[in-house]
Amino acid sequence: MAKIEVEHLYFYYGSKLVIEDISLEIETYKITALIGPSGCGKSTFLRCLNRMNDTIPGTRHRGRILLDGQDIYDPHLDVVTLRQRVGMVFQRPNPFPQSVYNNVAFGPRVQGLKHGQNLDEVVERSLREVDLWDEVKDNLNQDALSLSLGQQQRLCIARTISIRPDVILMDEPASALDPISTLHLEDLMRELVQDYTIVIVTHNMQQAARVSDDTAFFLTDDGQVGKLVEFGPTGRVFSAPEDTRTENYITGRFG
Amino acid sequence: MCGARMNDQEQQPRREARVEPVSTARGLGQGRDHHWGEFLVENAIRVLGFSAIGFVVLIFLFLLQEGLPTFFRVELPILFGQRWYPTFDLYGTMPLILGSVLVTIVAIAIALPLGVATAVFVREVAPNWAREILKPMIETLAGIPSVVLGFFGMTIVAPLVRDVLGAPTGLTAFTGALLLAYMSLPTIISVAEDALDAVPKSYRDAGLAMGATRWQTIWRVVVPAARSGIITAIMLGMGRAIGETMAVMMVTGNAARMPVTADSLFRPVRTMTATIAAEMGEVARGSTHYHVLFGVGIILFVLTFMINLAAASVIFQKRRRGGLR
Ligand SMILES: Nc1ncnc2c1ncn2[C@@H]1O[C@H](COP(=O)(O)OP(=O)(O)OP(=O)(O)O)[C@@H](O)[C@H]1O
Ligand SMILES: [Mg+2]
Repeated sequence: MAKIEVEHLYFYYGSKLVIEDISLEIETYKITALIGPSGCGKSTFLRCLNRMNDTIPGTRHRGRILLDGQDIYDPHLDVVTLRQRVGMVFQRPNPFPQSVYNNVAFGPRVQGLKHGQNLDEVVERSLREVDLWDEVKDNLNQDALSLSLGQQQRLCIARTISIRPDVILMDEPASALDPISTLHLEDLMRELVQDYTIVIVTHNMQQAARVSDDTAFFLTDDGQVGKLVEFGPTGRVFSAPEDTRTENYITGRFG
Repeated sequence: MCGARMNDQEQQPRREARVEPVSTARGLGQGRDHHWGEFLVENAIRVLGFSAIGFVVLIFLFLLQEGLPTFFRVELPILFGQRWYPTFDLYGTMPLILGSVLVTIVAIAIALPLGVATAVFVREVAPNWAREILKPMIETLAGIPSVVLGFFGMTIVAPLVRDVLGAPTGLTAFTGALLLAYMSLPTIISVAEDALDAVPKSYRDAGLAMGATRWQTIWRVVVPAARSGIITAIMLGMGRAIGETMAVMMVTGNAARMPVTADSLFRPVRTMTATIAAEMGEVARGSTHYHVLFGVGIILFVLTFMINLAAASVIFQKRRRGGLR
């Protein structure tokens, strides 16, 4: 079943078209990887899915994005509610410069959950889910910025899942991490996908091959406009790409 | 990490400067002229720089020389007593210290919420064109001479305070605090605004992406992230308020009474600055009264210094944390 259906999506920064006619379906409880060379619009596409692009003035889109069949750009749909259902993890770990506890409690508090037992439970559960609990449980009041980058990124994921989103978007979540933290993060993603739908942008072909169920390959054409070249189950895309450009990219012949 | 990067930047130009005379095909004589010019300018700047420091040190020494005798000439219990009657040799500075503290604290209590709210408005809410107009306007406010503000306070604010609050006189601690709040606002707004501006976009993005509204993101993410800068803003505003003389002297009534009763805020007070300014012209040089006024100056200096120190330590902490990242 498709969690998100994207239909003929075009996106403009001002008058500049950056992605053109993208249609794909993101399956529930699967990891969908977006790959492609730099500047082909992967981040832009990802940021459409939770409407983070709305925060950039002068942007425009055409086409439809359906979340559980509901148009996310529907004027009746509250963007705040949308972002609570579609969470996002950024390229550089960006915990708030506050305590570990407050970072994870941020989302629940914003939704009106007050101090106390419930909040403690949510914080513990979220930190356990990202395997960070044992490392920080003795000092939940420490500054989040004092954690290692890998821990910070897991904290950011804990913060995201504290409000139980349906979908987690990740834009190159491992690019600032060392190899061990990266493998740790990939394991974590495999665990999380039991409960969440995950979309990940990555430059790392092995990573896409290792963790994802589906792969979408983006490429810019001559006019610097990003297009979807190939989309399908990861095994198939990597072993028997239909498009020669996909094959060239995956085997490292360009990009 | 941060320090290392700065060192690199510093060394870069120096290295180039050393290489230059060799690599360019300039005559030796010209090169020497060049060096002479450099030598002169460098030393002129050095002399100017050191003389500025020298003057500060001299002023400070003068303050100590004239003020320190106070603490030997007047017994400490009297000096920190509650009665300031110089004509009867009673030099109790407590009313003056508390007067300054009261006026300053109330001023900051008024200016802080207003200043931070304005800074948030200017930085986070106002459209670009409004920001372009507001910022220079706020900075201009800082340039209004305090005597003009004092005049405005006497003729408009004081009668208002008297009529609205029913105080016997409009010349009260509260009137002074209002004016001081107004005077410290530009500082607080500018510094707090810079602090908000320095909050990385990634924090805002994280807040918004968590489904926080714009306001929730501002109050729960951006403002806390800027808190050390905002504390600095408050400290600087306080420093400005506690040292202000003219406007305060004009509107606080200058009665040296202990501001310890509940209604003190709406009664006249006298601050340390106003006392020095008002009485310095009338004392005989070298008299006890004269030295005590300098002693009050030292006390004021110590207070201001502690406030600045607190501000600096906040800044220092922030730097250190930034450096570790
Ligand atoms: N805020 C913006 N304003 C204008 N143009 C932008 C903006 N953000 C991105 N672009 C442009 O849109 C195009 C796609 O950018 P995007 O960041 O989506 O690419 P990407 O595939 O994520 O690249 P990378 O792999 O380097 O992250 C690029 O040409 C970029 O210059
Ligand atoms: Mg990107």
